[in-house]
Amino acid sequence: MDSVDCKIVNQLQEGLPVCARPFDDVAAQLDIPVDELLARLQRLLDDKVLSRFGPMYNAESMGGALSLCAMQVPPDRFDAVAAQVNAFAEVAHNYERDHLLNMWFVIATEHPAQSAVVISDIEQQTGCRVYDMPKQEEFFIGLKLAV
Amino acid sequence: MCKPLDAIDRRIIVATQAGLPLLAEPYAAIAAQLGLQTDEVLQRVAALQADGVIRRVAAVPNHYALGYRANGMSVWNVTDDRIAELGRQVGGLDYVSHCYQRPRHLPLWPYNLFAMVHGRSREDVEMKVGAIADLLGSHCRGHEVLYSKRILKKTGLRIKE
Repeated sequence: MDSVDCKIVNQLQEGLPVCARPFDDVAAQLDIPVDELLARLQRLLDDKVLSRFGPMYNAESMGGALSLCAMQVPPDRFDAVAAQVNAFAEVAHNYERDHLLNMWFVIATEHPAQSAVVISDIEQQTGCRVYDMPKQEEFFIGLKLAV
Repeated sequence: MCKPLDAIDRRIIVATQAGLPLLAEPYAAIAAQLGLQTDEVLQRVAALQADGVIRRVAAVPNHYALGYRANGMSVWNVTDDRIAELGRQVGGLDYVSHCYQRPRHLPLWPYNLFAMVHGRSREDVEMKVGAIADLLGSHCRGHEVLYSKRILKKTGLRIKE
């Protein structure tokens, strides 16, 4: 990554305007042609420096629901339970963490009521209690990683 | 929650949820793909952003690739009557990404404030967690940092076609 790539990563985290030619202003600020900006952006995605580029959708505003859930999974069944949990399309992320509550996953559903159904199915299939921790207040989302 | 999405909104979301085409005129490409006018796509995307359905049109960095290899989910037991004010302060720190108030599950889980802390090393994360502890002071009755050991699954939100 050169200094132009770093500036692209920093600037594109801020968001682009919604207009016919959204890349023009950033390219002008960086003093490079739009084609070069797009080629660099493609390379940053190919190299997985960026995990995605585009509209960041907010599930709750689409009428859906996101919930963080935690489970205490017996270590000897951990991988089997992970496979059961991951098999649900509604499970968007799942992490193993170093705690008594050792499995943490996010359930994303289009309709809030679906989340309770998924939780109850997971409890039934795995025999583990799901601790549901839906957000009650959002203080900030997003991160500015300086590179 | 705002007005429900109509069928055209949903088609636009399905077409863009994996990302925007990397073209000088990306919305024209989406419009062509969906058989819509570019202006209509632009108006609808702008309306979705105004309604908060789209947070922003932006790049999402890969923390690991950028050298932020350590991240800790810091969790805090904060006095209920101060959490609104303190949560905003913690959320405003530039090394904190997601910051939420969540329900406690006593006695196992006494924590009501979650702040994801990103750093270049675990020491870096611990230092930043220490700064949050100083900020919360006596309004915090305990905290822990949970590190991820493994990503078991990671996909974005997907709505069905």
